[in-house]
Amino acid sequence: MTTNPVKITARNVQVYYGDNHAIKDVNVDIEDKTVTAFIGPSGCGKSTFLRCINRMNDTIDICRVQGDILIDGEDIYDRKVDPVQLRAKVGMVFQKPNPFPKSIYENVAYGPRIHGLARGKAELDEIVEHALKRAAIWEEVKDRLNAPGTGLSGGQQQRLCIARAVATEPEVLLMDEPCSALDPIATAQVEELIDELRQNYSVVIVTHSMQQAARVSQKTAFFHLGNLVEFGETDRIFTQPEDPRTESYITGRIG
Amino acid sequence: MSDTPVTKRKGSLLVQDARTIKRNRAEKRFQMYGIAAISIGMLMLVILLTTIIARGTGAFQQTFITLNVPLLAEKLDKKGNRDLADIKKVSTFGYAPLMQAAFEAKVAELGIETDLKPKKMAALLSKDAAAQLRNFVLENTDLIGETVEFQFLAQSRVDGYLKQRVTRDSIAKDKNINATQLDLVDALVASGHVVKKFNLDFIIGSDASDARPEAAGMGTAMMGSFFMMLVVLSLALPIGVAASIYLEEFAPKNWITDIIEVNISNLAAVPSIVFGILGLAVFINYMHLPNSAPLVGGLVLTLMTLPTIIITTRASLKSVPPSIRDAALGVGASKMQSVFHHVLPLAAPGILTGTIIGLAQALGETAPLLLIGMVGFIASNPPETIAEGLMSPNSAMPAQIYEWAKRADPAFYERAWGGIIILLVFLITMNAIAVLLRRRFERRW
Repeated sequence: MTTNPVKITARNVQVYYGDNHAIKDVNVDIEDKTVTAFIGPSGCGKSTFLRCINRMNDTIDICRVQGDILIDGEDIYDRKVDPVQLRAKVGMVFQKPNPFPKSIYENVAYGPRIHGLARGKAELDEIVEHALKRAAIWEEVKDRLNAPGTGLSGGQQQRLCIARAVATEPEVLLMDEPCSALDPIATAQVEELIDELRQNYSVVIVTHSMQQAARVSQKTAFFHLGNLVEFGETDRIFTQPEDPRTESYITGRIG
Repeated sequence: MSDTPVTKRKGSLLVQDARTIKRNRAEKRFQMYGIAAISIGMLMLVILLTTIIARGTGAFQQTFITLNVPLLAEKLDKKGNRDLADIKKVSTFGYAPLMQAAFEAKVAELGIETDLKPKKMAALLSKDAAAQLRNFVLENTDLIGETVEFQFLAQSRVDGYLKQRVTRDSIAKDKNINATQLDLVDALVASGHVVKKFNLDFIIGSDASDARPEAAGMGTAMMGSFFMMLVVLSLALPIGVAASIYLEEFAPKNWITDIIEVNISNLAAVPSIVFGILGLAVFINYMHLPNSAPLVGGLVLTLMTLPTIIITTRASLKSVPPSIRDAALGVGASKMQSVFHHVLPLAAPGILTGTIIGLAQALGETAPLLLIGMVGFIASNPPETIAEGLMSPNSAMPAQIYEWAKRADPAFYERAWGGIIILLVFLITMNAIAVLLRRRFERRW
């Protein structure tokens, strides 16, 4: 398997929620143009760690992050970093599809508009179309761009959210259990999409489904009780896990 | 076979056991209590509304007496030059003889037999009638010299007689009217010259002195309420919304914000008269704003309404799902952008509803107005500019109702009920707007 350049580096990352030590000393290198899956039992800290990468944890008052997370060698927790600028670079898709209660067009156009990515309506239209195409939803919605985004089906809503995330031209795409609220058909569509997105982005996906991790990711990280237990090629993690805890989890003994 | 500790009797599903019967009875009983409570509430509401309507609708009708008044030029415009300044010099005393003559002529024309002197006949007209005629002449100076048919307000006893409030028995000791005068009224009613009809002046006119309840109206007080609401809306809405957005979305959650939160909730429960004395001390005694001015009333009611607006606004901000905030932050919106572009529009219907309910509450508030001098006899004309409306002494609708209710003449009592109808129409309209706004802008996500 070819190795891609490292996009995200985490060194000695500790996260505390008040007195609760949620992430314990995590070190990981996440590669560009790769899908990296975070797996692990509920409450193991995988979502928490994911939310550190675009500083979404800043919105939680009691949350403290220590250690370094670097994107392209730049420390995102540096005091000079504005989290708003960071989030334009690191897009995020949430567990529950959460389109804005506005039109499909407005949902996608919002990001480019606030970041000033488009000069004029024509360019914005182009960005919206491009983003919707990349999220593989263009054909379904091109005739009703002014319909409310909340009127779409669950799977369509999630792809709309992915379109919204890619419209701002991020470099990293974080996905927090993007398929947990979707039916199997919609899940298959989103998984296919994730595989395509790998061409352009470094994708990090948190998932509860080991099958999904095996299907979409090239690298897998197994979290347990706030520790990063094992990280490596997805194929190897699922066939020859080194750590007994990983083995127990993927064989269904803990979880 | 192991023996079980609990022995459960086997029975048919078709037969209810004692426990089930007891449980079902308890449930039935509870439902009956609920229905009884609602019925009592509804009954009280029906009694309230029917009383108000039964007693108040009379105030919207007034008795008028139609006379043909000769507008004699030699009395009203002695110089004959139709100069408005000269015509204005003729006071209402100059008009009284004309009206007496007109009344006498009308009685003679109809062939009504009466012992009354013209002055006693004219006493059936309102004390405000001469002023009514004078205002009419000042507006239509070209009619001087002609005879005009004019509808005068009847005095309140005549009005009461037509509304069955005044009877021949009840006037035995009344100096304002006697049986002979009532005979004349009966005759004029028969000939169609005394009629009871809708009186717009009750809604748009200004208050009148104790001696002429028939001329009193809500209009000026309505303007007072309007200007107060203007002040409340333009201050309480921006301040309240800004405070709630800051507290809800930006402020750190610590003991200081906890204390502020508790205090806002407490402020909402402070009796309104306390805000009144605060207004008196701060706005009038310290800042020397004018007494009785709607500006001061508005400021006091703003203080009173703020907690309501802050509490409802915070509740509607809280009800916006956090996923919307996450979504906005996730695409790189700043905190303020996420609030103003996404959270606030979703919370707007709730904020508007809260504001309107707060305004309705302020509109019906009387107690604080007592202390800043907005309750009392204020018969000024409707203000012409906004500044004048804010600064000149005025009353407010509930204060006007209170003022009427405490006067001696039962004619004012009727007007108080009528005023309540007007106030209720305003409140119901505002609440209906609140409901409509909520329906119209409510979004599901």
